[in-house]
Amino acid sequence: MTFNSAAITALIGTVALALLPSVAPPYYAGLMIPFFGYAIALLGFNLLFGYTGLLSFGHAMFLGLGAYGAAVMSGVFGVKSFELVLAAVILGSALVALPIAFLCARYVGIFFGMLTLAFGMLFYSFLFKFYHVTGGDSGMRVPRMNILGLAFERYNKIEFLAGPFYYYCLALLIIAGLLMWRIVHSPFGLHLKTIRDNSRKAEYLGVHVHRFRLAAFVISAAFGAVGGAILGFRVGLADPELVYWTQSGQLVFMAVLGGFSNFFGPIIGVLTYILLQDQLQSLTEYWRSMLGVILALVVIGFPEGIAGLAIVLRRRFARRPA
Amino acid sequence: MSAFANILVGGVFHAAVLFLVAAGLQLVFGVQKIVNLACGSFYALGAYFGITFISYATQFGISPWLIFPGLIVSGILLGFIGPPIERVLRSVYGRDESFQLLLTFALVLVFQDVFKFIWGANPRSLDSAYLIYGTLTAGDFSVPVYNLLVILAAIASAVGLGLFLQRTNYGRLLRATAENRGMAEALGVDVRRIYSIVFTLGAVLGTTAGALVVPTAAASLDMAIEFVIEAFAVVVIGGLGSMRGALVGALIVGLIRALSIVYFPELEVLAIYIIVIGVLIFRPVGLFGRSVA
Repeated sequence: MTFNSAAITALIGTVALALLPSVAPPYYAGLMIPFFGYAIALLGFNLLFGYTGLLSFGHAMFLGLGAYGAAVMSGVFGVKSFELVLAAVILGSALVALPIAFLCARYVGIFFGMLTLAFGMLFYSFLFKFYHVTGGDSGMRVPRMNILGLAFERYNKIEFLAGPFYYYCLALLIIAGLLMWRIVHSPFGLHLKTIRDNSRKAEYLGVHVHRFRLAAFVISAAFGAVGGAILGFRVGLADPELVYWTQSGQLVFMAVLGGFSNFFGPIIGVLTYILLQDQLQSLTEYWRSMLGVILALVVIGFPEGIAGLAIVLRRRFARRPA
Repeated sequence: MSAFANILVGGVFHAAVLFLVAAGLQLVFGVQKIVNLACGSFYALGAYFGITFISYATQFGISPWLIFPGLIVSGILLGFIGPPIERVLRSVYGRDESFQLLLTFALVLVFQDVFKFIWGANPRSLDSAYLIYGTLTAGDFSVPVYNLLVILAAIASAVGLGLFLQRTNYGRLLRATAENRGMAEALGVDVRRIYSIVFTLGAVLGTTAGALVVPTAAASLDMAIEFVIEAFAVVVIGGLGSMRGALVGALIVGLIRALSIVYFPELEVLAIYIIVIGVLIFRPVGLFGRSVA
């Protein structure tokens, strides 16, 4: 994808998201908060999956770290600034990810997936079983925090989420997107892609494969924690379900739905997933199977996801004589 | 001492059920190289169907002696879902592992709603159906005979599978296909049929395990996603694709669960994953796995 078309896509997306709260009912603005959370997490997840070729089936762990980190920082230590909390969960998540990445990055393919799955479930069972530390299955409360030092006291929680917090998260997503764009287009990102395409050759050319995989893992964990903190803040609760392996599967689902070989794919995937889930849930109690069928169709029919489909359609359209 | 024996038998019972599901997972992975997340859903399907079967059986006054064989038969009959599902999976053979994993994940989602549709969202259980065959008592050690029957059935299927894979002609074809698909195909093996049969056999192992467990435990919507993860732990510990590994892995996981529930309830699940991680780090191919070049 060239810089220009990416910039145009990003600009259109940003403008649309910025205008949304003034056009759509507040319900949809509230619905967008998990979108921002998952989108930031997916940007990180795709650095690992799409760019490095490592499929993590335990990535929900880092979203959980973000949510629980926010709960501990604000609920237990009484930190009121969301920026401080974000900084703390980024640091904490990266620190936790470091030893895990050190162990996991030696493997690829199915072994990498299973090892990350095992670590995710380890964290889940810790959250679930150690009531006195983590609150067990009832989770931990995430109190309301200040953003940019402002409390916005005259807003109630829903107004706050649909108003100031919405734009705040949009800004976070833009920062995260720019950062990730820089990362994947830097020499570092090129190294990752080389490793994905042919790790042996990369090693032969002098790339420290293990070290680069490790770095990608840690960065993606940090993005995951930011996403998790946003999710926790929105619900006001960090609970172990956020870390269960099906959640990790859902992250992979979103990435594949949007198209993991495209920079914007995962973000499109999150948006589609969240709108779809919302609509299906109001239609039928069997929304899970609908999502399952859609996932199966995407996997079988258009593995490049929505982004890939859009590119194919555009090419076909462009080829037609004017 | 007898308390310990009780824990042991409980653990072995759990291991027996785990072995059946894990064996199905191993078979499918060994031959088709697909990690089938839906094997937990087969297990749940067997369990739900088992409940329906037993409630009809008691309603029509069928002799309780027929319940155990009846459960096995219904587990085997449920294998009919194998071929059509294999047909769907066929579209991702040879594609990236992540796609195969995701397709079976999609199956998990669909199955969960099928259960909800047919059997409702609430857990379903039978009161003390496991006591139909009485209990075996020695001193203050007692175990329901039904549990022993299930353990025996698991041992029988382990032996049967072993004989089938090692001694019969068809087993040789399966192993040859697992070893080198292209070569087997070139030598005239109908790989398509083998895949269909292997997948169905794997599904039957899962549904039978589910049907057998249901007199002792409830069937719930979450059992599929909970059990598949445990079966996963078993195959990782034992080594992907190895039948002997499934047996040993199931015993390890079953016994550890039984022991930790009694002695360290907080470590129940934690202990299993610590072992999984340990195995993956020190011996990534598992205890009985062979390294893949």
